[in-house]
Amino acid sequence: MSAGISRRDILKNLAIGAAGGSVLEVIPAEAAEYIHQLVRTEKGTAASAKYAPKYFSAHQYATLIFLCDAIIPKDEHSGGAVEGGAPEFIDLLTSENEKFQLRLGGGLFWLDGFCGDRFGATFLECTPQQKTEVMDLIAYRANAVTNPAVSQGVTFFVLLRNMTCDAFYTSKIGIADLQYIGNTSLREFPGCPPLPPES
Amino acid sequence: MAQVARSPKTYDVCIIGSGAGGGMAAKILTEGGLSVALLEAGPDVHPGKDFKMLMWPYELPHRGAGVGGHASENFSEFLAPNGAWNIAGEPYTSAPGANFQWFRSRIVGGRTNHWGRIALRFSPIDFKSGSRDGLGDDWPINYEDISPYYDKVESYIGVFGTKENVSSAPDGVFLPPPKARCTELLIKKACDKLNIICIPSRLAVLTRSINGRLPCHYCGQCGRGCVTGSNFSSSQVLIPPAMETGRLTLITGAMAREIVVGQDGKATGVSYIDKATNAEMRIYARAIVVAASACESARLLLNSKSSTFPNGLANSSGTVGQYLMDSVGSDGWGIVPGLEKMPPHNHDGTGGMHMYIPWWKFDRQNDFPRGYHIEMGGGRDMPGVGMFNHLCHREEGYGTSLKAKARKSYGTGIGFAGRGEMIPNPDTYCEIDPDVVDQWGIPVLRFHFRWSEYELRQARDMQETFRTIIEAMGGEYQTKTRIDGQYPFGIVEGGKIIHEVGTARMGADPKTSVLNSYCQAHDVKNVFVTDGAPLVTNPDKNPTLTILALSWRASEYLLDEAKKGNL
Repeated sequence: MSAGISRRDILKNLAIGAAGGSVLEVIPAEAAEYIHQLVRTEKGTAASAKYAPKYFSAHQYATLIFLCDAIIPKDEHSGGAVEGGAPEFIDLLTSENEKFQLRLGGGLFWLDGFCGDRFGATFLECTPQQKTEVMDLIAYRANAVTNPAVSQGVTFFVLLRNMTCDAFYTSKIGIADLQYIGNTSLREFPGCPPLPPES
Repeated sequence: MAQVARSPKTYDVCIIGSGAGGGMAAKILTEGGLSVALLEAGPDVHPGKDFKMLMWPYELPHRGAGVGGHASENFSEFLAPNGAWNIAGEPYTSAPGANFQWFRSRIVGGRTNHWGRIALRFSPIDFKSGSRDGLGDDWPINYEDISPYYDKVESYIGVFGTKENVSSAPDGVFLPPPKARCTELLIKKACDKLNIICIPSRLAVLTRSINGRLPCHYCGQCGRGCVTGSNFSSSQVLIPPAMETGRLTLITGAMAREIVVGQDGKATGVSYIDKATNAEMRIYARAIVVAASACESARLLLNSKSSTFPNGLANSSGTVGQYLMDSVGSDGWGIVPGLEKMPPHNHDGTGGMHMYIPWWKFDRQNDFPRGYHIEMGGGRDMPGVGMFNHLCHREEGYGTSLKAKARKSYGTGIGFAGRGEMIPNPDTYCEIDPDVVDQWGIPVLRFHFRWSEYELRQARDMQETFRTIIEAMGGEYQTKTRIDGQYPFGIVEGGKIIHEVGTARMGADPKTSVLNSYCQAHDVKNVFVTDGAPLVTNPDKNPTLTILALSWRASEYLLDEAKKGNL
């Protein structure tokens, strides 16, 4: 913040809006950043330490966590979808949307039923190899055609994969993984950096 | 209805609606010395509290997806508040097959809080296109009549752009444009090869400080509402100076029901519902400016029936609600692998395109009348819900490979939006639904809508152009459209582009138009309409700049007539 410009000046100026003679003409970036912080403080939603599922049962939620982690796992670039808050995001939206309740809630029941028929265990109780086998069946649409027994699982996984990606790539670590740069105040827009040399 | 509460005061003017048209009228009329009551159906707006500028998706519990993931129906949870396709308690209906979509903003400033800030002048031919190609009618005014008001509006609200001397896109009073983004430079390169005109866009965003407003800080989020007021909205740029005169009385939560007419056939005031108390109120004024948005204004006029005006106010011609037009809209996108090589960089810029494609085929014969412009987007935008839908659908699988593909594909999408001119047709209009009322008992609108062959051919041309440009960029066009069905070539539902206009058009002949060339009702000389309703045609230039210019012009005329005692 430039010397001599007070919080009061900024708020007054914003309240006036189109009034002339602004003291702020020279410091737009600082003013915007200042307001940014102000808004943050007022609106910021601190993530709660422990999320209590609103829709899924404890068992379903544990299954959801496993699946989210499998869809977007931790790698050498960044953490995974669980760290990115995907289970919380999916549970919250599902608690508010009946279609999601049928497709995701029903889908998790389907998954346990499928594993029960095949391996005599719930999905979570399956061995790592069995879990991979099931996931490889439901993660590809082509399997729904060749193997009608898994088509409902494929439909379930399509939505789950989408929502897991939505959650991860709107999280702090997911945004950083993509190396998005922005959402900040600039004095001038720098335009396009030089294109890398043709390879 | 119990007792009607009457305001003891008679205002000089009562304006209904605080968006572009109403806000401009409020500013000009109060600065001209008149006392004005401004009725707004929604609440006041508090930018610092209501706008989500500079917030990250993870700062919202729904990450921008909205409750239940339903925000996509209203664009995004980040959008400036109180705009929706459906409002509880305030329905509208569509005749079978019409499926008209009506976006309404109930808030001070209306839709100018979130609009795309695309500020394009109509061109000289746009006012006389009817006599050129025999479709529809000419305007009662020329470009020369409105041009000085375009100058005034641009100088006041601030529009960036460049002088280009393209006949379909007249130059204006411009602030310097921002630098082009990488995606836009590549599109421009492809357009140069294809002989398609691609020039800096014209947006109502300040690249320099003017009139005491802060310049843009390039966060790319104009649609969320700008806390620093660095883009144009009625709420931040027109209402404050009107308020400063001390002559503006802003009444929020006021749903206009009827314009009341006296024995002499002149309007005397407005009946409205105070939403907070559900009480019927009445306000008296010497003149009425209707600026509730084109269709809402038509609804109000049609609902203002009296023994003098049994078909609704200002409707002796029967044309209120007729000549409804939206813009032709068809969108498409492609993946341009060349963009994978771009190093990470800040791509945000202003909240909209820095380059665009004005109508460029005005010098040749096309298989559809009039023209369209192309808007562009894509690149390294802030990640959001839905960004990887396509990847998830196309690539399938899971795990680190999915993650690697997301990383590689991020920023390689390029999107186009074609926005073209619709020719009014007799099957497209709005009227009062005989059976349905809203929660306050006010009869609602029923829409009729049909795209004609002209618009469908235009949409086909848009799709072909999008594909050609993407392929010239070495990319792969992704959008697949049908050639049949209700929405061929990706043409969107009527109303979806939110450029609905024409429902109380101006004209020289009172038998075929509602307003004269100053937006004054032929039938009732103290009633004016200054939103999108007066527009005679809906060229491929988004209507807001023209609404502002016409409202300024109408307001000066109103001031003059008031001084002469003619109202």
